Amino acid sequence: MVDITQSGAEHVPPAEVGEVDLYHPHSWWTKYVFSQDAKVIAIQYSGTAIAIGMVALVLSWLMRLQLGFPGTFDFITPEAYYQFITMHGMIMVVYLLTALFLGGFGNYLIPLMVGARDMVFPYVNMLSYWIYLLAVLVLVASFFAPGGPTGAGWTLYPPQAIMTGTPGGQDAGIVLMLVSLALFIIGFTMGGLNYVVTVLQGRTRGMTLMRMPLTVWGIFTATVMALLAFPALFVACIMMLFDRLLGTSFFMPSIVEAGEQLAYGGGSPILFQHLFWFFGHPEVYIVALPAFGIVSDLISTHARKNIFGYRMMVWAIVGIGALSFIVWAHHMYVSGMHPYFGFFFATTTLIIAVPTAIKVYNWVLTLWRGDIHLTIPMLFALAFIVTFVNGGLTGLFLGNVVVDVPLSDTMFVVAHFHMVMGVAPILVIFGAIYHWYPKMTGRLLDETLGRFHFWVTFVGAYLIFFPMHYVGLMGVPRRYSELGDMSLLTDSAHSLNAFISIMAFIVGFAQLVFLFNLIWSIRHGKDAGPNPWRATSLEWQTAETPPTHGNFGKELPVVYRWAYDYSVPGAKEDFIPQNEPGTYPAARGH
Amino acid sequence: MAIALVLVLVVAGSILFHVFSPWWWTPIASNWAYIDHTISITFWITGIVFAAVVLFMAYCVYRFRHREGNRADYEPENRRLETWLTVVTGVGVAAMLVPGLFVWSQFVTVPADATEVEVIAQQWQWSFRLPGADGKLGTSDTTLVTGENVLGVNPEDTNGQDDVVVSAADLHLPIGKPVKMLLRSIDVLHDFYVPEFRAKMDMIPGAVTYFWFTPTRTGTFEVLCAELCGTGHAFMRGVVMVDTDEDYLAWLGEQQTFAQMSAPQQTGMAD
Repeated sequence: MVDITQSGAEHVPPAEVGEVDLYHPHSWWTKYVFSQDAKVIAIQYSGTAIAIGMVALVLSWLMRLQLGFPGTFDFITPEAYYQFITMHGMIMVVYLLTALFLGGFGNYLIPLMVGARDMVFPYVNMLSYWIYLLAVLVLVASFFAPGGPTGAGWTLYPPQAIMTGTPGGQDAGIVLMLVSLALFIIGFTMGGLNYVVTVLQGRTRGMTLMRMPLTVWGIFTATVMALLAFPALFVACIMMLFDRLLGTSFFMPSIVEAGEQLAYGGGSPILFQHLFWFFGHPEVYIVALPAFGIVSDLISTHARKNIFGYRMMVWAIVGIGALSFIVWAHHMYVSGMHPYFGFFFATTTLIIAVPTAIKVYNWVLTLWRGDIHLTIPMLFALAFIVTFVNGGLTGLFLGNVVVDVPLSDTMFVVAHFHMVMGVAPILVIFGAIYHWYPKMTGRLLDETLGRFHFWVTFVGAYLIFFPMHYVGLMGVPRRYSELGDMSLLTDSAHSLNAFISIMAFIVGFAQLVFLFNLIWSIRHGKDAGPNPWRATSLEWQTAETPPTHGNFGKELPVVYRWAYDYSVPGAKEDFIPQNEPGTYPAARGH
Repeated sequence: MAIALVLVLVVAGSILFHVFSPWWWTPIASNWAYIDHTISITFWITGIVFAAVVLFMAYCVYRFRHREGNRADYEPENRRLETWLTVVTGVGVAAMLVPGLFVWSQFVTVPADATEVEVIAQQWQWSFRLPGADGKLGTSDTTLVTGENVLGVNPEDTNGQDDVVVSAADLHLPIGKPVKMLLRSIDVLHDFYVPEFRAKMDMIPGAVTYFWFTPTRTGTFEVLCAELCGTGHAFMRGVVMVDTDEDYLAWLGEQQTFAQMSAPQQTGMAD
C-alpha cells in the first residue's frame, strides 16, 4: 500500500495506444448548442441547473411566507403549500444538486483534472444533457398542467401520491413528476457511464489513481453510487406510474376513500419506501462526496499545504460510498417496518460517522501550520466545515434509532438535512465557482460582491437552520401547511418562525447578487491569467485559458507527482504542478 | 481575520442559544424519560465535538493566516495521529449507540400486561377501538368498511361484538397502565404522534403497526398527524385525555359497543 517515491520521472509508463481524434464542430450549432465538448456540456448543465434552482429558491420564499406569517397570504392554500414543498425538495435534491455536481463539475473537471482531451463517449455525453433538459421541461410543464404539480412531498409516498386528497394525485401532476424522474435517470446514466469510464480509461500517462485530486475521487465515487442507486428509483417510478395509469397494485393495498372502496388491493406502500430510500440515502452521499472532494482541494490550494492524510481521505470516500448502501432504512425507523431492523440500521448508520469524522479531522489538520489565504473559496470552505459538522452531528441524533422516535417527522429533521445536504454542499458549490470561474472565463469574480455574498449566505443560513432544530425539538411536525393553534406552540415560537422567514428572504436576495456577479464578471472581471491561485492540478496548466476543445493543446501533459505538492521544502515556489518533471528529495507524495 | 472571530461567535452563540432560549421539549407525560436522557447525552457529546472542531479551526485561521514570507509545513501523513483520532471517534460513537440500542430494545418489547387500544386513521380524522369485557379486540379489515361499519370491524368475529367504538371523538386512557397502541389506516399513511408521550409510529393501510407506553400524568394532550397525508394533514388533530381510574371508568361507561352501534336503529326510523 505504501508507494512513497522519491522521484516521479521513472514511474511514467510509455504511451501504449495512440490518440483518437475528437469530433470537431463544423458550425455555430455544433460548437455552442449540440456540442460534444465536455466543457460546453458542463456549462449547459450548470446553467440549466441554476435556472431551475432559482425556481426552487422562489418556492422556498413562498413556503416561508406561509410559515412565518400564517393566514396573511390567501393565495397560499394548503394545496399550493404542499406543491411548493414538493417541487422545492425534488428540484434541489435531484435537478439542482445532483445535476450540478455531476453533470456540471463532473463534466468540466474530470477530463481536465485527469489529463484527458474529453470524455470518452462525447456523443453520449451530449445526449445526456439534452435528455436532462427534457426532464427539466417536463417537470416545469407540471406547473402549468391542470391541477398543478404534485403535492405529495418530495418522497412521493404512496398511496397518497396518487389519490385525490393530494394535489396532482389524480391529475397530471404526479404523472409528469414520475416521467420527468425516469427521463432524468436515463440522461444521468449516459453521463454517469462517461464519468466513470473516463476516470478509469482516460487518464494521461503518470496519472495513477492515487495521484488524482480528491475532487475526481469524490465525483467518481458518487457517480458509481448513482449508477447503482438510481435504478431503484427508476423501477419505483415505473411501478407507481402503472398503479396510477393502469390500475395495478404494486404499492396499493385495499383502500377506502370518502366512504368508497377503491379497486386496489394487495400492494405494499412500505415496499415503495424501501425502494425510494435504497436510492434516497446513497443520494445524500451522491451530493456529499463531490462536495467532500472539492472542498479538500479548495482547502489544500488556499492553505498552500498538502491535504492531510490523502490515502485515508480516499479510503474514507470509498468506505462512505460503500456503507451508504446499507443504511437506507434509518429514514424508516417509524415507518412501521419490523422493529428489529432498527438495531441493524442504527449500528451501520453510526459506523458511517467514523470515516466521515476522519474527513473532518483531515480538513482541519490541513489548516494546521498552513499558510492560509482567506480568499473567497477558502471562506466558503471554512463555512462548509462549520455547517457540515453541525449537520453531521445532528445526524447522530436521528441515526440513533430511539432518539429518532420523538424527532422524526418534525422540523428538527428539516433543519438537519438542510444544514448537512442543503447549506453545506451549496457552500462548496459557491466556493468551487469562485475557484474555477477564472479557468472557465479567464476572469475573476468581483471580490467585493463575492465577500458580501459569502457573509450574508453563511451567517444567514446558519441563523435560519440552527434555531429551526429547536422548533422541532418542541415537537412541531414538518410539512404542516399551517401551524394553527397547536397547544405546544408558544407565541415566542411564532416570532421565531417569523425571524427564520425574514432571514430566508435576506439570504435569497444575496443569491441574486451572486447571479449578477456571475454575469457581470464575464466581461468586467479582473484578468485572471492561467493559474491565479498558483494551484498544482492539471486544469491550471492548460495552454489556453479558457481551455479550447481538446483541453491541452498539441501534447497531453505527463504527470510526475500527486496533486498536493504545496510548500515542498527545497522547492523555489510554494507549489509544484503535477506535470513538472523535476526531482525534489523532500517531496513525499505518491 | 473577521472569519476567526465569527467562528468563535458561532460556537458561543450556539451554546448560549441552547442554554437560554425558551424553546425546548414539552413536559413529558409517559415512561419514555429514557429517550430524553439519551437525547441529553447526545447533546453533550455532539456539543463538545462541535465546539472543539470549530474553535480549533478558528485558532488555525488566526494563527496560520497568510503573512508575507510565511511558508506552510509539509506533512502528508501522520499514522499515529490518524489512528488515535479514529479510535477516540469510535469510542464516542459507541457511547451514544449503546444506550440508544438499550432503550430501543425496551421500546420494542411490549410488556405482557399492556392493554391493547386500536387507533384507526383516515383522511383526516382519528377513531379508536377498545377491547370490551373479554379483553380482546375482534379482527378487522379495510375491505369491511361501510357507511355503518366505519372501522371495518369483522361482524362475524364474536370477540369484536363487545369492542368499544370511539368514532371521530376523544380517546381516554387510565393513568399508570401500560397500553399497546395498535395502529391502522384505511386510506393513506398517517402517523399517531403525541409530543408529550415521545413515541410515534406510522400507520400503513393494509397493516397493523404498534408502539407502547405508560401514561404518567393526567391531562389533555393533542394528537398530531406526523406523516404527510394530503391537503388536510395539518388539520388532522385529535385529543387523548389521561384520566384517573374513576374518571376513566365513568367515561368508558358512556361509550357504545360495536354490537350496540350495529343494532338496527329504532328511534327515528318510525317516522
